[in-house]
Amino acid sequence: MTSEPVKVGSVPRARSRAVLTHVGGLHARPSIKLTQLAKRFDAAVWIAVAEHGPWTDAKSIARVMAMKTPHMATLYFMAEGEGADDATGALARLVESDFPDDNVNGQ
Amino acid sequence: MGKNVGIVIVSHSPDVAKGAADMVRQMVGTNVPLAWCGGNPGGGLGTSVEAIVKALEQAWSDSGVVIMVDMGGAETNSEMAIEMMPEKRRAKIVVCNGPIVEGAVMAATESSSGATLDRVRRAAEELYSR
Repeated sequence: MTSEPVKVGSVPRARSRAVLTHVGGLHARPSIKLTQLAKRFDAAVWIAVAEHGPWTDAKSIARVMAMKTPHMATLYFMAEGEGADDATGALARLVESDFPDDNVNGQ
Repeated sequence: MGKNVGIVIVSHSPDVAKGAADMVRQMVGTNVPLAWCGGNPGGGLGTSVEAIVKALEQAWSDSGVVIMVDMGGAETNSEMAIEMMPEKRRAKIVVCNGPIVEGAVMAATESSSGATLDRVRRAAEELYSR
């Protein structure tokens, strides 16, 4: 996992990435956990399977599920706004920790 | 409970309604008010206005309740059930135009994060609106 804050102007931005080791890929349950976590942050959060997008709203359960991301894909996160760095870090940790049941905040 | 938007699942089949509710509980968790009903009073397929009213009371939240229905009478009976609710509550209940199983799971996912009634409805309807 890598996570880095990127300061552009006054709006905090951040990116991170993590390999989707979860068997079965990003199916229903992990998608739900991922969007639930993304929604905890005020920042806008996007997800992609390639470094330069296309980007999908990580807070939309329908869109995240529709990505049908396969096992071992690399997931890229990008956030913009308050708490951007925390959001991208937490999402990458959630993916790397294999979406634990009791620990949706990935800490 | 009462803060997050509630979900009511109305199917002609009690098995379908219960199964969809099980999926919500197991996939999304327990912090969303949830109730289901299905079948007619005689034990056959159908929906009952009284059962829907009861489910609405069970899943009631001051933030509102969304109803997911399967087909035909489930929708018209849900609308009749809304009419039977106290006037103050009626404006906070919406019947969603979305697939009953996926819609319920997506609505609950949205609600579990404290989203408003309108956002929960949009999540439930997203698969049919794209």
